[in-house]
Amino acid sequence: MSASMTEIRWHGRGGQGAKTACLLLADAAFASGKYVQGFPEYGPERMGAPITAYNRISDVPCTIHSNIYAPDYVVVVDESLLFSVDVTAGLKEGGALVINSAKAPASLRPLLRGWTGRVGVIDARRISEEHLGGYFPNTPMLSAIVQVSRVLDPGRFIADMEASFRHKFATKPQVIQGNMNCLIQSMKEVRLA
Amino acid sequence: MSIRERLSGNEAIACAMRQIDPDVFAAFPITPSTEIPQYFAQYVADGRVSTEFIPVESEHSSLSACIGAQAAGVRAVTATSSCGLAFMYEVLYVAASARLPITLACVNRTLTGPININNDHSDSMGARDTGWLQLYAENNQEAYDNYLQAMRIAETPDVRLPIMVCQDGFITSHAVENILLEEDAAVKAFVGEYRPEHYLLKQENPLAVGPYDTCPYCMEHKVQQAEAMKNAKRAILDVAADFARTFGRSYGFFEEYRMEDAEVALVLIGSTAGTAKACVERLRARGVRVGLIKLRVFRPFPAEELAAALAHVKAVAVLDKSEGNSACGGPLFAETRCACYDLPHPPKMIDVVYGLAGRDCAVEDVERVYRRLLHIVQTGETGPRYVHMGQRSKQEEVL
Repeated sequence: MSASMTEIRWHGRGGQGAKTACLLLADAAFASGKYVQGFPEYGPERMGAPITAYNRISDVPCTIHSNIYAPDYVVVVDESLLFSVDVTAGLKEGGALVINSAKAPASLRPLLRGWTGRVGVIDARRISEEHLGGYFPNTPMLSAIVQVSRVLDPGRFIADMEASFRHKFATKPQVIQGNMNCLIQSMKEVRLA
Repeated sequence: MSIRERLSGNEAIACAMRQIDPDVFAAFPITPSTEIPQYFAQYVADGRVSTEFIPVESEHSSLSACIGAQAAGVRAVTATSSCGLAFMYEVLYVAASARLPITLACVNRTLTGPININNDHSDSMGARDTGWLQLYAENNQEAYDNYLQAMRIAETPDVRLPIMVCQDGFITSHAVENILLEEDAAVKAFVGEYRPEHYLLKQENPLAVGPYDTCPYCMEHKVQQAEAMKNAKRAILDVAADFARTFGRSYGFFEEYRMEDAEVALVLIGSTAGTAKACVERLRARGVRVGLIKLRVFRPFPAEELAAALAHVKAVAVLDKSEGNSACGGPLFAETRCACYDLPHPPKMIDVVYGLAGRDCAVEDVERVYRRLLHIVQTGETGPRYVHMGQRSKQEEVL
C-alpha cells in the first residue's frame, strides 16, 4: 500500500471489544483529519469465537474494500489466539505486533511462527481491572497500538478520546475517568522488544 | 455546506431517512434485518422524525404495510437484507405492478443455504425481474447519495415504480468510513414533498388498488409497467443532474474509470469496484491499459449506453457477485453480453463469478482477472467463458 497509509489488523474473541476498539481508533483518526476505514469480519456470532477487525488510516482517500493481508501492525487482544490463529500472517517487515499479556516479549516469541520483528506487550487485564474493576481489554489495547504505531499523535489522541468517551458514555459518566486512566497507563507501560 | 462525518453504511442510510422524514417506515425488526431500522427506531423514540414506525412480524408484512400506506397516498419505506428480501418475493411484484413508489434499503447479503450471513448479490439479483428499480453503491457515500435520489426517481409521474437502494452487506454496511452529509434542510428541499395524483381515499376520485385484472386488460397493464421501466432511464439522469447541481457529486447509469484508452475492462457492481480501481492504478503505473465500468443502475439496465462504453475494448470480464445457476453465467454477464451483441465488433467476454457468501476479493485477485484478459487479447483465444474465482473445490484453478 502507499506510504501514507497504515493498515492494522485486530485479533480478538467475540465479546472482548476488538471491533469497538477498531471503530474507536477510526473515530480518533477521523478527528485528527485522516481518511479512515474501520470494519469487522464476521464469523460465527458467539461469545469467545475468534474475530478479526481492520483499520486503514490514510492521508488520502482509500477505495480498497478488501480485508487486510499485509498489515503494518497487528493487535492481539487475546493471548490464547497465538495457539490457534496465525496472527503474524503477512505482517510487514518493520511492522510490529502488540499482544495483551502479562508475560515478557521474549517468552512469547516461540509462539509467533518465526516472526523476528518488534513485539509489544501490555498487561491489559491488570490495567483494566485496576481502573475499570473488570476485564475490558480493548481500551488499553487501543492506546498501546497508538503508542507503538504512532499512527496518531499520542497527545492529540488522548484529547480526542476524552471527547469521544464523553459522547459515548453520556448516560454513564462515571466510567469516563476509568477508561481515560486505562488509555494513559497503557501508553506508559507498553513494552517493545 | 456539506458536513464532514464518518459513518457506517447502515448509519448513512438511517441518517438519510431521518433527513427525509418519510411518513411510514414498516420493518421486521430482528434478524435478518440490519441496524437501519434500529437506528431509525431511535430517531422515532427521540422525536426527531414524525414517521409512523410499524414493527411487523415478517418481511412479507413489512412490505405489505408499505403497500397499504403508499396506496393511501403517503411515502413509505422499509429496509431488509438477504432472506428478508426473499420473504417479500410475492409482494415485491404487487408493489411494482400497483405502481407504488416505495423505497427499500437493501443491504446485500447471501441467501441460505448453506447458512451464511455475508455479502453477495444473490438477494437483490433474485429480485431483478420483479419490476423494482435497483441502484447499487460502491461505498457509504454512494449509498447515502443514491438514497437521497431514490424517491424522486421512483415518484416521477411516468415512472411510478418502487426502488431498491442496495449496498454491500458488512463491507460497506458495517464499515465506518469518511462521508460528506448534506444539511437537513437542503436534503428536504431536494427530495421534496410526495403529492400523488391518485390515492385510495381521495374524496373526489377514489382509487382501487390491486383488484383482479381480467385477460382483456392485464397484459396492457404489464406493458405500461414495462414502459415505466424504460422511462425511468430519463428520470434517473434528470435527478442525477439536479443532484450534481445541488450537491456537487455526479452520477449516471455507471461510472467509467480509466476507460478512455482501455484495451481490456471489467464490468462490476458494488464495493469491489473500489478495490478494482486500486488495481487499475497499479497496472496503469506499469503502462498496462486497463479500465473498469462500475454499474450503478441495474434496473432499468442501461444496455445501449453500456454497449457504447465497451465498443472500443478488446476483452471484457464481467464480475458477477451472484451465481445465477443458469449453467452459463451470472445475471450481470447475461445482460452485458446481450447488450454487446449488436456491436459491429463486440469484445471477447468472460464471466467471473466471485465473492459468493463473503469470499473476499483483494487487489491481487482483480489483477489475476486483468492478466487473464490480457492473455485473451494476446492469444485471441477466449478460453473458459464462465469461471469461479478463488474457489478451492475444483482441481483446475482458472483464476
